[in-house]
Amino acid sequence: MVRNESVRVDGMKSSPPASRVWVLAVIAVLTACGGKPGTQSAAASGSPVDPARGSPGRSVVTIQNTGSDTLVNLALAWAEAYMGIHPEVRLSVTGGGSGTGIASLINGTIQIANASREMSRDEIATAAKNGIAPVRFTVALDGIAVVVNPENPVQGLTIRQISDIYTNKLLNWNQVGGDDRPIVLLSRESNSGTYVYFLERVVRLGSSKGKELFSAETLLMPSSEGISVEVMQNPNAIGYDGLGYVTPHQKVVAVAEETGDRYVLPSAPTVLDGSYPIARPLFMYTAGEPAGAVKEYLEWIQTEGQSLVKDLGFVPFERGEQ
Amino acid sequence: MRAGKRPAAGRKRGTEIAVEALIRALGFSTVALVALIFVFLLREGMPAFFTISPGNLFSTAWYPTFGFFGTLPLILGSLIVTVAAVIIALPLGVATAVFVREVAPQWMREILKPLIEVLAGIPSVVLGFFGMTMIAPFVRQILGAPTGLTAFTGALVLAYMSLPTIISVAEDALDAVPKSYRDAGLAMGATKWQTIWRVVVPAARSGILTAVMLGTGRAIGETMAVMMVTGNAARMPIGLSALFKPVRTMTATIAAEMGEVARGGIHYRTLFAIGIILFIITFLINLAAATAIFQKRRQGGLR
Repeated sequence: MVRNESVRVDGMKSSPPASRVWVLAVIAVLTACGGKPGTQSAAASGSPVDPARGSPGRSVVTIQNTGSDTLVNLALAWAEAYMGIHPEVRLSVTGGGSGTGIASLINGTIQIANASREMSRDEIATAAKNGIAPVRFTVALDGIAVVVNPENPVQGLTIRQISDIYTNKLLNWNQVGGDDRPIVLLSRESNSGTYVYFLERVVRLGSSKGKELFSAETLLMPSSEGISVEVMQNPNAIGYDGLGYVTPHQKVVAVAEETGDRYVLPSAPTVLDGSYPIARPLFMYTAGEPAGAVKEYLEWIQTEGQSLVKDLGFVPFERGEQ
Repeated sequence: MRAGKRPAAGRKRGTEIAVEALIRALGFSTVALVALIFVFLLREGMPAFFTISPGNLFSTAWYPTFGFFGTLPLILGSLIVTVAAVIIALPLGVATAVFVREVAPQWMREILKPLIEVLAGIPSVVLGFFGMTMIAPFVRQILGAPTGLTAFTGALVLAYMSLPTIISVAEDALDAVPKSYRDAGLAMGATKWQTIWRVVVPAARSGILTAVMLGTGRAIGETMAVMMVTGNAARMPIGLSALFKPVRTMTATIAAEMGEVARGGIHYRTLFAIGIILFIITFLINLAAATAIFQKRRQGGLR
């Protein structure tokens, strides 16, 4: 969540001779001037990678992998494990959100985009304009946990109740069987894939025609860390986040589709058998059908790589095989 | 001898011209950079003012992913946090400056001044994290707000961040008041406190005003700490109670959303439009400060 901004300044400070400082300053100014939209992407693709030519011989292939913050830890674990087996492949993984990953894929600066949602029609159209036909791979499943403070006595909520809470129709915890406390709404930032999924699945009750929006009172937290800190401290708070991000200091609420249905806690088995209602697939997108190293990597993720998924709090997507 | 000296002088004039040209180029490049940044900002942001209807752009709903681009909650959010921060920081900052410059003994001044400068060097992320984990629970428990992530929490953190600026500029202003003013005050039979409060501080008024304006500029542009402690809810902050509810500021919105928008899209343009609005507000503040100082000068005040 925290983007480091002061790297260049620090570097300048640590070079004592005045002349060198000047030279660095001039370089810094020049590079700052050049930071126009177009040139940035050119700089990022400075180490161009041709996935089609990825010859697993002696030359090192670099694969850039960017996107969903939900997926970033899993993607890092995959990358580390894969680089252990295949030293000829270098994977660089960064987060930033599904939107960021998809935008970079469209701009042609990366080979694999991580996304916790499907690409929107607009994004596919923009990609087509750039001559890119994105291909989607399902890499894991994720349950979205609804979390409250451990002091909160509420055990279970229906989807309808959660929707009413997030649209400010229910304002006090005693309306859903809790203490007499105001409800404080927490959400991820509006361009997080988790936000979009939660809005469509829960706030709009799963209907694609829904017009409901998160209440303007909703606190938009820039990171999962922000949500977990506030939920941990504040007995009024309710939040949601990927199952992999739930810490022991938060209390997970059981969720039922409708009143009368069974309340289900999110876990690997309940996500996999579909009994937990707020679960979604996680994707990786490539620009066009992958080839070479990228193809091999994605095949590895979908087979052997699935063994790492559970350790990070997600659910392996395969049903039939093992 | 003359013939020997002339070429030396000529050479000197040559290097002088070169150095002058270099300094001039560097001086102008700063101005040019500012101009270029402004042009860039306009180029990226102006289309938003034409593609989005003014009714939408200045409405009260900020849901950029769903086509609602109401910037009003963000503008008011920035203003409420900044104004509250300045109200908190002004008495603290001026009092500290007066203490350091006028009251504290020499040895204490030598300890205090570097300490205040160290305060300016604390990264805003660190202060933001401190605010999120320490000040926010405090605000919730003591003031009884539903959540501790409020405009007031943001104002507290911002006040703390703008203090070093306010203190050092105000202190310089006090420093510039001639000793004769103090001597005259004391000679007239005024106590030390009366001299400070009735003579020295009023004489340094315009410098103190500059300090406050610079502090305001620091506060309104601050991003990271504000994003971490204000809760970022894009609600309309109306009334005094809004101070103890979450707000979303312009800077936090740009920082949180810029990384994830499609380049060239409406949302992207709108974020730059917010940048333009922020630029204009900061410009107006600086203009007000400059005018105030100019008027004071013409009235014969110091500095």
